[in-house]
Formats: sequence, structure tokens, C-alpha cells
Amino acid sequence: MATQILMPALSPTMTEGKLAKWVKAEGDKVASGDILAEIETDKATMEIEAVDEGILAKILVAEGTEGVPVNTPIAVITEDGEDVGDIGVAAVKAPTPAAPAAAPATAAAAPRPSSQPAQEPDYSGPTVHISVREALRDAMAEEMRADELVFLMGEEVAQYQGAYKISQGLLDEFGPKRVIDTPITEQGFGGLGIGAAFGGLRPIVEFMTFNFAVQALDQIINSAAKTLYMSGGQMGAPIVFRGPNGAAARVGAQHSQCYASWYAHVPGLKVVAPWSAADAKGLLKSAIRDPNPVVFLENEILYGQTFDVPDDPDFTLPIGRAKVERPGADVTITAFSLMVGMSLDAAEALATEGIEAEVINLRTLRPLDTDTIVQSVRKTNRLVTVEEGWPTAGIGAEIAAVIMEHAFDDLDAPVARVAGADVPMPYAANLEKLALPTVDQIVAAAKSVCYR
Amino acid sequence: MAKPPNNAKSAPKHKKGAAKKNKSTSSGVNAEDLLRFYRQMLLIRRFEEKAGQLYGMGLIGGFCHLYIGQEAVVVGMMAAANKQDSVITSYRDHGHMLACDMDPNGVMAELTGRRDGYSKGKGGSMHMFSREKNFYGGHGIVGAQIPLGTGLAFAHKYKEDGGIAHAYCGDGAINQGQIYESFNMAELWKLPVIYVIENNRYGMGTSIERASATTELYQRGASFGIPGAQVDGMDILAVKAAGEKAAARCRAGKGPFILEMKTYRYRGHSMSDPAKYRDKEEVSKVRKESDPIDNLRDKLIAAKVADEATLKDIDKDIKAIVTAAAEFAQASEEPDPAELYTDILLEA
Ligand SMILES: Cc1ncc(C[n+]2csc(CCOP(=O)(O)OP(=O)(O)O)c2C)c(N)n1
Ligand SMILES: [Mg+2]
Repeated sequence: MATQILMPALSPTMTEGKLAKWVKAEGDKVASGDILAEIETDKATMEIEAVDEGILAKILVAEGTEGVPVNTPIAVITEDGEDVGDIGVAAVKAPTPAAPAAAPATAAAAPRPSSQPAQEPDYSGPTVHISVREALRDAMAEEMRADELVFLMGEEVAQYQGAYKISQGLLDEFGPKRVIDTPITEQGFGGLGIGAAFGGLRPIVEFMTFNFAVQALDQIINSAAKTLYMSGGQMGAPIVFRGPNGAAARVGAQHSQCYASWYAHVPGLKVVAPWSAADAKGLLKSAIRDPNPVVFLENEILYGQTFDVPDDPDFTLPIGRAKVERPGADVTITAFSLMVGMSLDAAEALATEGIEAEVINLRTLRPLDTDTIVQSVRKTNRLVTVEEGWPTAGIGAEIAAVIMEHAFDDLDAPVARVAGADVPMPYAANLEKLALPTVDQIVAAAKSVCYR
Repeated sequence: MAKPPNNAKSAPKHKKGAAKKNKSTSSGVNAEDLLRFYRQMLLIRRFEEKAGQLYGMGLIGGFCHLYIGQEAVVVGMMAAANKQDSVITSYRDHGHMLACDMDPNGVMAELTGRRDGYSKGKGGSMHMFSREKNFYGGHGIVGAQIPLGTGLAFAHKYKEDGGIAHAYCGDGAINQGQIYESFNMAELWKLPVIYVIENNRYGMGTSIERASATTELYQRGASFGIPGAQVDGMDILAVKAAGEKAAARCRAGKGPFILEMKTYRYRGHSMSDPAKYRDKEEVSKVRKESDPIDNLRDKLIAAKVADEATLKDIDKDIKAIVTAAAEFAQASEEPDPAELYTDILLEA
């Protein structure tokens, strides 16, 4: 059967080109792979090859012709012995024009998760008073007891018992197969963990701090977060990336950054930032059980703080739900991680001046619990966001935008942001103090949105 | 996913693992297997040619990296694979998917961005996966698949399922730091992984000599104590033999192995490659002298495993499969607009 050769598209953007030269002449025998012609595009001169063997029966576009649209028939190839007269019979299937894409949905129109995660279960049973550090360890130990596929890997997690002693005792209980010291190669073991998750395991990858996870950022985003989508839902990565995030104390610019907004930006990730020991335990257990990649942002300063935690191995907290830590009618304060405690202190101070602040512990930064924030703002009509990281494109900026979209008419004052100073973290004690949010700043911001 | 309906004349089902030893030829490989390899290589060649055509017609968009010339590598390696083994590679992945026995219809429909593609049209040429066939992608960040493949090997060992990971990368990728991080852990933990370096002499337009301080790539594991071998990647039987040796070592718990496959890509890096970095004679010389399919064809005839008529029948068969795949890929609809927001997270 005769086949038509069409003007090919030689790049993702080419619409027309010049037929620069015919390398074969009418009547020539061609074999698969033979160069037929040279085509000039705006970028380069390229050759087109024959796919099938046959005779170049007819040239339809003369050499030197410019502006030949893609898909124009330029020649006809017939099988050996076939009559050129048959050409007309060979119908060339015109490429089906792509259906016009549906109008792009605006961000606001993106469907919200249909099923809001369950509200935190009411708990009235016995509690234990433990540190955030112990809560994290207990969460991992309980999940490792429950599921053989769960394992922990990272730098110094096994024999050293954790750079911050989070994995204390885990090597003894679970052995070196499941508690694994890695070389100092974040990109390598970050990617290896994701591959293990593809392969059916449930890795917990500890980063000594999230400052170092930046070396694995490509793997976290391009391999962990995007694969479920790129595979049309076939293959997800059930993995937890955890470790301390944000400033500790006096460790300088490279060891003191909050990465919350970096990860919260990425569809395909869940991002959790616990404050209390109960948050830490309940949310880490949920993160380990979650079938998606979860970035779990801890805080070094909180590790030693103690809180009451439900004494119940079945206790978990839902990812995607914020918690109102202190109710109040006058102003809403949103915070996560270490800033929750400072916001509660600020609320205490504000109360002495007759301002009742409602403090929301965000707990999850992606998906953000918009409903809880909006409901609170509908009541208080004022909002202060608090975060330790930089203000530009930060979590506060996101919450301010969300509130504009969902509760603009409820606002009685512009949203105020309290954030770290927009500078690399300085070392000097006085400068570092100036770079981090303070209780006083939160109090001042709350008063200003109350016009007091 | 909506599994692409199986083409009646579907790709030849290759049996991974122990092959029946009947009618052995001089190569020690039986006739049935030789014919199967021939079919598989030819399927990849014709499939890729068709993909190139569809690209030219504007039916395939974006990047499209063809595997033409390198067919013996993946077909030979799969001849040394077991059912439970896993495979992972870069964006030059169509050949690997076909060799993993994935459905040509589903692959082609993904190339055209249609709903019956392996990723429902959401992945494209560079991003396809099949849990069923243990094919783990399809990765577009040069080198990133190597830590991932090392993790697949970690999972094989952890689960003690007897499988090994086949992790492929290019001669350009081999200079990526994360690959050496992976080599280190793989040897340290004796992970069952074969690193297959497909040395086709170029990373885009940069020849290996212009990119690599040392060009004997099979030695790249030396500082970790990983053994390696250089293989004629244009000779499927050489590839198969090397693959079997490496796999046996991995399965015996002795850790990773590196195979450098000396091969060549005939086409441009992707479809929009003006090919100014090499001359035509170089390409036509390889094509003429060491084409993997022609090589095997000559062997088949010489060993009287097949005659011209048999080979012509195979040709026709393959052509029909590829034509059907192209038709399927054009008939399948674009994904439903509602798919834009699906498959981002799994229900917890
Ligand atoms: C990290 C990264 N850098 C650059 C690119 C762009 N890029 C895509 S393929 C390629 C060349 C890779 O060559 P090689 O590893 O030899 O594989 P081949 O294409 O020959 O199969 C480059 C530079 C990329 N995709 N990822
Ligand atoms: Mg290359």
C-alpha cells in the first residue's frame, strides 16, 4: 500500500518549516532508515528518515519550499512493484486535533478534599507525662511492633541512639535490620528510602536536621511527591521524612532554617509540624500508617519539653486537622511547632489586658485545615499568623490569602504576620534574638489588629 | 488504571527465568529463545519508529527519547531476569517497558497522552510504571533512578523475596554524585542490584570523552569494591551471558555488580536533536557493522534456526502489533478533565 510522508514536527514547538533538500529522487529505492530529505526549522536543520522500505514514487513538495505546515503530505512511498496510481487509495489519517483543554481551574476552584479527616477523638482515659523526644520514640516503636515493614534509617540513628536521642533503645529492640545507620549521603539514602517504599516497605527516614534534607529535596519532590500522579495512581510512596526543623540556638545560618513553606508548596506531600508530646506521638503514628509521603517537621527546642499524652497504644491524631488550643473571642492566632507555646504565652499576656485570643495549633501545614481557621476568624474577625521562618512566601502569606478567599467580609482588620526576620540567621546572641519572633511581637500584633 | 485492552496479537510473552533447553544452537541458547529475542528487539525497533512518526504528526508531544540501536541491552538483560526482579530506568524507557512485557497499546496511548495509557495520560513518554510487571519507571531527573533502584534492591533483601533490582542509567548520568552515594550503600549492605550503564557514547550532544575524566565506566565502582564488566551491548547473547553472571552473583548475596554496555543510539537524543555533534558516517558505520537486530538475524539464518520466510512472518506480525498500538493510541480519548485533580494523594 502506498503511504504518504508528512511534513514532520521536529520539536515540541514547530508548526512549519522549510523543505531544504531532497536527498532521494523520484523513483529511488529506499530502505528503512535512509535519509529522505532535510528540513530546516527555526532552530536547526534536521533529516527525516524513511520508516518503511519501498520506492519514492512521488515528491509532492519541491525542495526550497518555505513555510510548509506540519502534517502536509510531502511525498509518497509505494511498495515494490506497486503502481503510483494507487496513491489515491492510501488515505492518510489526519492527526486527530487535540480536544480543547478544559478551562484551567483557578486555585480556588480546586476541589477540597471531600472527606475532611475525622475530628480528633475525645480522650478521657489515663495519661502519661512524657517529653516530645519520648513521644516520638514511642510512636516509632509501637508502629514497628505492629508492622514488620516499618524500619528506621538515617545518620546515627542506631548505635549512637540518635543525634538527638530520638531513637534511643530502638536498635536494641528491633536490631540492625530495621534500625539502620546510613552514610552521610542525604540524596542517596533519601532516594533509597523512596525506592524501598516503591518496593513495598514503610520507611522512616530521619534527617539529622532538615537543613541537610535539602540535599535530598530533588528525591523528595520529584520522586516521592510526584510519582503517584505520574503513574496515574498506580504507585505511591508510603514514607515518612522526619527530623528537627528550624532554629535551635546559636548554630548559625546554615543550621537554622525553617523549611515549612518549601514543603507545604508541593502537591503530593503531606506536611506535619507537631508542638506537644501528644501531637508528636499521635501525628507520627498517623504519618507512619499514611500511604503517602509525609514530611514531619520536629523542633529541637521542643524535644525536652514534657506534656500529658494519652496512655493508649491506639491513640493517633488525624493529619489535616488543626486544634484550638485556647478558645477566645477577640482575635485568632495561628501557629505551629515551637510558636504554639509562644502564642499561648502571648494569649496569657493579652488576657491580662482584656483581650481573649483564640490560639490555633495548625499541626498540619498540608493539607491546611482551612475550615478551622475560617470558623475562628468568622468569630473573632481578626487574624495574626505566627511562624519562625521567613515571611516572604511563607505559611503566614498562604493563610492570609486563604482568609481573603474564604472570609474577606469577616475581617475587621488586615491580617498581621509575625515571622522570623528576612535575613540568614546570625550567630551573635543579640542578633539571633532579634531574628526570631518573640512573645512581645505576637502580643503587639494582636493588639494592633484589635486597634488597641 | 484502566488496563489497556490486550491486543489480540499482543507482544510475545517472554518467559523470564529458566528457559527450556531444546534444540540448542552453537551459542548454547535454544532456537525458541533466539527467535523470541529477535521478536522482542524488532518490536522495540518498530515501536520506536512508529513513535517517531506519530511525533512527526504532532500526536506525541514534548520530549520523546527513542531507544533505536540499543535494543539488545534491555532484551538481553531481561533474558537473565527472574519474575520477581524489578526494573527501573531513565526517560529513555519505551524499550524497557516492552521488554518487561508491558502492553504496547498502553505504552503508545501514554505517548499520545490518552486515558488508556499506562499513567492515564498523566505521565507521558518519560513517566510510566507497572506494578504488575515490576517496572518502576520512567524517571526524568538524570541519575535519580539509581538511588531509587538501590532502594528497590533494599526492599528485595529486606523481604527476602529472591528478587534483584536492575537499575539502568546512561553514560552521562554516571557522573552524578548520587550514583556514588548509591554504590557505597549497595556494597556496604550487599544489596542485590545490577547497575546497567548504557554507554551510547553521548549524553545529549556531549560525547563521553568530553564529559568523563575516565571513560572505562565499568570501573566506576572500583573505589567501593564493586566488580564490573564491559559488554558488547550490540550483541544480545553477550549481554545475556553477562547479565546471567551478574544476576547469579547478586542472588548469591554477594552484593551489587556493574555492567557497562557499549551501545549506540541511532536517533537524536530526543526528537528535536539537530545531531551536529557527530557525523553521519559514524552513525551509518555502526548501523551497517553492528546493528543488534541484523546481527541476530544473520546468526538465525546461519544456524538455520529460521529462514527468510519465517523472519518475514515475524516482521509482519510485529508490524501488525505496532500498527494496532498506534491505532489504539489515537482512538483512545484524552483523559477526563476531572483527572486533573486525582491521584495526588491516596486516601489514608
Ligand atoms: C539532573 C538533570 N540534569 C539535566 C537534565 C537534562 N538532560 C536530560 S537527558 C540528558 C543527557 C543524559 O545522557 P545519558 O545519561 O548518557 O543518557 P542517554 O540520553 O544517552 O540515554 C540531560 C543533560 C536532566 N533531565 N536532569
Ligand atoms: Mg548516553
